[in-house]
Amino acid sequence: MDKKISVKVCLGTTCFVMGSANLQELIETVPAKYGDKVDVSGVPCLGLCSIDWEFSKAPYVKVDDEVIKEATVEKVLKAIDEKLK
Amino acid sequence: MAMNTPRQTSHIKREILVRLIKAFYSDNFGENARLIPYKMRPKDYEVAYRCCVYKERAILRDRTIAGLGLSIEDTDDSIHMAELAEKVLERKQPEEHPLTVLQTACKGCVPSRIYVTDLCQGCVARPCVNTCKFGAITVKNGKSVIDPEKCKNCGMCAQVCPYQAITKIIVPCESACPVGAIAKDENGHARIDFEKCISCGKCVSACPFGAVHEKSQIIDVLKQIKAGKKLIAMVAPAMFGQLPCSPKQLKAAIMELGFADVYEVAQGADVTTKNEAEEFEERLMKGAEFMTTSCCAGYNELVDKLVPELKPFRSETKTPLYYTAEIVKKEHPDAVTVFFSPCVAKRREALKNPDVDYVLNYEEVGAWFIARNIKVEDCGEAAFKTEASAEARNYAVTGGVANAVKSLLPEELPTYPVVIDGLNKQSIRDLKKYAKNGVCELGNLIEVMACTGGCLGGNATVNAFKPALKQLTNYVNESKHLKETEKVENK
Repeated sequence: MDKKISVKVCLGTTCFVMGSANLQELIETVPAKYGDKVDVSGVPCLGLCSIDWEFSKAPYVKVDDEVIKEATVEKVLKAIDEKLK
Repeated sequence: MAMNTPRQTSHIKREILVRLIKAFYSDNFGENARLIPYKMRPKDYEVAYRCCVYKERAILRDRTIAGLGLSIEDTDDSIHMAELAEKVLERKQPEEHPLTVLQTACKGCVPSRIYVTDLCQGCVARPCVNTCKFGAITVKNGKSVIDPEKCKNCGMCAQVCPYQAITKIIVPCESACPVGAIAKDENGHARIDFEKCISCGKCVSACPFGAVHEKSQIIDVLKQIKAGKKLIAMVAPAMFGQLPCSPKQLKAAIMELGFADVYEVAQGADVTTKNEAEEFEERLMKGAEFMTTSCCAGYNELVDKLVPELKPFRSETKTPLYYTAEIVKKEHPDAVTVFFSPCVAKRREALKNPDVDYVLNYEEVGAWFIARNIKVEDCGEAAFKTEASAEARNYAVTGGVANAVKSLLPEELPTYPVVIDGLNKQSIRDLKKYAKNGVCELGNLIEVMACTGGCLGGNATVNAFKPALKQLTNYVNESKHLKETEKVENK
């Protein structure tokens, strides 16, 4: 039995303003596309933005342990597809 | 794509704002402002969009100039960036026209025209040749050819081609502008005609290069904070759908930025609703066929500049911002007022109203939170002294204004709301028709919103439309109805 892939969309202020506001749609589209193979949720600040000037790489999404910088819907879906291969 | 989904261009604009704000708080504003393009595109940077790192830096410098609130077109390239930044600190008031175009970004856009693609089969029927009223199409070597001298860009040939082989190449800003105020000049650079521009912000959202910028007033506001002035924020209802926090947390977060107090512009919207309901009833009694609302700054610019025939039909009632600013200045005559806006059009309204000192849009406020490392979701809660009604808070959503006004009208009064959900070429034609005929066949209380979806669809919003609507609606649902609240403070 395979472990579920976990997708965490950072909805902290920095990520939200830099674009994760538009990743909220993943919370609906991912379950529709992958069923129960993938768990997706919006989470509070992952703390990745506070180091130095790393805000500029926000929004961040974590797919299992992999951190996606400047995340877009496409990048996240691609990362999920890679994991499912 | 959702109606106001920010793209990579928004990311760049917001990053510059954050860096500019950080520079302001640093011990060397000018120098750190100058370094922004270099920090964003260091030597070893893999060039993302343009031909080389030098061009990318030059473009980022221009974007930073807009962040400083200056006109990109009018700024001399040879002036040292640090010098420009320092000079901005001496500015007494924001510039008159709120938009500026990064013309170097316009190169990628070919002028709008009709174009015959390789799909043309040189068919026997030749509907394109027959349809063209201007005789601009001939067939050469088995393919249709358009004579640019004769073509009027009507697009009829594209419509009739059975192979869909003819296409209209559009310039996104031109095509988005509802009033024909932006176009490419002879050099291929987009230029805004400020005589016509109604500051609706549609070109800002439409340009895939992010070439149209708002001239930011962030530095002016930061300067006031630094000078120890008493600043009061006036927050438009759309703001409560923008960030991952409750309305009371948002107030606490804004106070952490250095504001003395925060007022809901919905407070003024309650005054607008009451006055507008009275006015509507009075007009109907006098036999008026219809009245339009008057709260949208983009619509007001349209009427004042381009469609004066609508003036007699537009409500004389002032905007929610007007009443809110009046209340704030009365209660705090020494305060500097800052309006938090979802769109560029309100900058024009603020410029004409001495009670509104500055305007910041939601992107700028968001960038400010990032720069100061304020996590709105972790903030405590601060209550508003005056709570606005559910109807007022719903002004930000299409239909909300008309509903608010209707809620105060007597049931026996024949009130039929109509909604213009976004200004575009067609809806402007409709409005002109109503003015010309003196009647609107669809109803008598016409709410006009320049942005589709209402203020939540504004060009400078941060949240996507759907989640923003959900968040704001929750707030509206927990608010009291206008009729239940005690007497509205009358103007």
